[in-house]
Amino acid sequence: MNRPELQAMAEQELERQKKFRCRVMCCTSTACVSSGANSLYETLKPKLEKLKEDVEFVPTGCMGLCGRGPLMTVQLQGQEPVIYENVTPELALEILDKHILAHKPTPIKDKVLPNDWPFFTKQTRVVLANSGAVDPERLEDYVSRGGYSALAHALREMTPRDVCHELIDSGLRGRGGAGFPTGLKWNMVRKAAGDRKYVVANGDEGDPGAYMDRTLMESDPHRVLEGMAIAGYAVGAEQGYVYVRGEYPLAIKRLEKAIRAAERKGLLGSRVMESGFNFRIDIRIGAGAFVCGEETALMASIMGKRGQPVIRPPYPAESGLWGCPTLINNVETYGNITPIINQGAAWYSQIGTAKSKGTKIFALTGNVINSGLIEVPMGITLREIVFDIGGGMVPGRTYKAAQTGGPSGGCIPTEHLDTPVDYESLKALGSMMGSGGLIVMDNTTCMPNIAKFFMEFCMDESCGKCVPCRVGTMQMHRLLEHITNGSATEDDLKRLEELCLLVRDTSLCGLGNSSPNPILSTLRYFRHEYEAHIREHKCLAGECNITEVPVLELAEIKHKTVEVS
Amino acid sequence: MPATQEKKEVAKEHPSGDPRFKMIDRALKRCHYQQDSLIEVLHTAQETFGYLTEDLLIYVAQQLKLPPSWVYGVATFYHFFSMKPQGEHTCVVCLGTACYVKRAGEVVNLIKAEFSLEPGKTTADGQLSLVTARCVGSCGLAPVVVLDGTIVGKETPEQSLERVKKLVKSGSGSEAKLQEAKTS
Repeated sequence: MNRPELQAMAEQELERQKKFRCRVMCCTSTACVSSGANSLYETLKPKLEKLKEDVEFVPTGCMGLCGRGPLMTVQLQGQEPVIYENVTPELALEILDKHILAHKPTPIKDKVLPNDWPFFTKQTRVVLANSGAVDPERLEDYVSRGGYSALAHALREMTPRDVCHELIDSGLRGRGGAGFPTGLKWNMVRKAAGDRKYVVANGDEGDPGAYMDRTLMESDPHRVLEGMAIAGYAVGAEQGYVYVRGEYPLAIKRLEKAIRAAERKGLLGSRVMESGFNFRIDIRIGAGAFVCGEETALMASIMGKRGQPVIRPPYPAESGLWGCPTLINNVETYGNITPIINQGAAWYSQIGTAKSKGTKIFALTGNVINSGLIEVPMGITLREIVFDIGGGMVPGRTYKAAQTGGPSGGCIPTEHLDTPVDYESLKALGSMMGSGGLIVMDNTTCMPNIAKFFMEFCMDESCGKCVPCRVGTMQMHRLLEHITNGSATEDDLKRLEELCLLVRDTSLCGLGNSSPNPILSTLRYFRHEYEAHIREHKCLAGECNITEVPVLELAEIKHKTVEVS
Repeated sequence: MPATQEKKEVAKEHPSGDPRFKMIDRALKRCHYQQDSLIEVLHTAQETFGYLTEDLLIYVAQQLKLPPSWVYGVATFYHFFSMKPQGEHTCVVCLGTACYVKRAGEVVNLIKAEFSLEPGKTTADGQLSLVTARCVGSCGLAPVVVLDGTIVGKETPEQSLERVKKLVKSGSGSEAKLQEAKTS
């Protein structure tokens, strides 16, 4: 397929869509499917078959408000789209009768989400622009919204050097968490010597409470593939790998389908778009190891080995998969490539702050009213995210902290709610951007207990290669266990702090280096909770179960030692 | 009879004559017996057999010309691979942060107490396996429980327990159906 053919395909698809008087879009991402989205189609199917020419049912990707699914958008021609929440099969039939088929369409008011709601208006959807609007399993739908035009443009009108410099100018930084400038990384791989190079998309989203990559792969798989193909062209690679978690079967299925469809049309594979560029993409399925999100461990896993990290340097840009230069980026980073190529670096760098450009997708979850997937411009304050977009706390509860960055991140308390969300500001608060999980906690959450939760996670997931991480996480967990069950002493707290610094400074990879972060950040802002557990044997949030009074135990031991002596 | 013929063919490839090894052979062929594809082959093996036995690992090692220790090392490194048989039903309780904040721990405790079952273990009668997961990525629906592959969200601990009980009760029914299918 060449460029004119691509354009023809887009026009044809738009023409086809215009024919329908109404398009009903129903979210079929994992969250909505588990709330019963599939049954909607089953219910509507017999009725819609009679209306084939008139109404189209489109299974789409995520619309964002995952906590209120299944979501359904009704788009009557020439009118604003209307989004319904909590759609049951009965409600779907009612919508069909009263809204879609009636002469005077009347939306069912109390189930409609208002378009001017802060949840929608405060968001800037760049990467998720297609999510919830296109059928992820149809290539034509993606092409009709300008899909693969960025690849066509890059192949014809830009040199690999141009592509890298466009990215450098855009100011895009890695969305996996660390925030390394993407353009610089691409340029490094481009300049690296070697005949064979590889492009890898990191979709091993291990952070608990984060599902941005999953949603992007499920809702708009072609965007990820197109971003990877542009990367392949820019760095001179002919082979790409998407590494997906084994826990994401739907994402794997849709990516496979998308790769096949793109290959059939000559948008991937040999001689991409009738140019001299060849690019194949294969999927590698993870097997449930958090440490494989670390780039060197991920590459070991792609090569069929135990996913254990190795010391850097050499960085993957010099020596990665099978010793060849390898470009490795997060899935969300690849999602940013097409808009930058299409609309230019100047446009992209307008969004965001001085040092952090563009948008970031967050999975907003926990004790907020509206939980779901959001995309916000960098520099938005946490208060806007939690209280405007998230709708605030459940009635009767108060905000305590927001946790970003998963087990490597930290908590942000009330007094810092007005900090702008960008790479530097979050780091200064002792947290980090991370991959984008944002978990809101209220006054019923006990902070030492949350620290224990994350430490248990790190302890389980430590690969065991280096001693500080393998042993240190275990000891930190033991100390936290003592604190939360009320049997710790002041000395234990001191020891815990020492151990945190030791593990942070001496571990081999990012997992170990950052594993003490949840403790250090909760100690920084909520030290009084730790002290209450130790001194008063009391959990301020009322979450920990301190039943035994350990003081007695201690007294007994003392008593015994006295007897012995 | 075609069935016996097939058996003979398989017998050439694997002495046990277990037709399921054919699935593994197919996966091996698909990746051209490349050693890098060990994880893919193990995925297929686990899907076909339900869990990984030592024999299975040795077979894969031989086919890929890898030392058995290497294969064992990989199989035990990843949480996804299980070396023990799973129960008739599996109940996966998500313990990701979002679920944890919404009290998924209580769900685990309740099921644990009811079936006197530790997470990661299977009941003595092989009916139920209780597994805890590190985020299944449906955080908007927290707390989330996955029952035999179906995700159920926004659960209270009591609701979840009821569901699991129902599932286990239905177990004997599905077993009877299986028996029926086998005899017919």
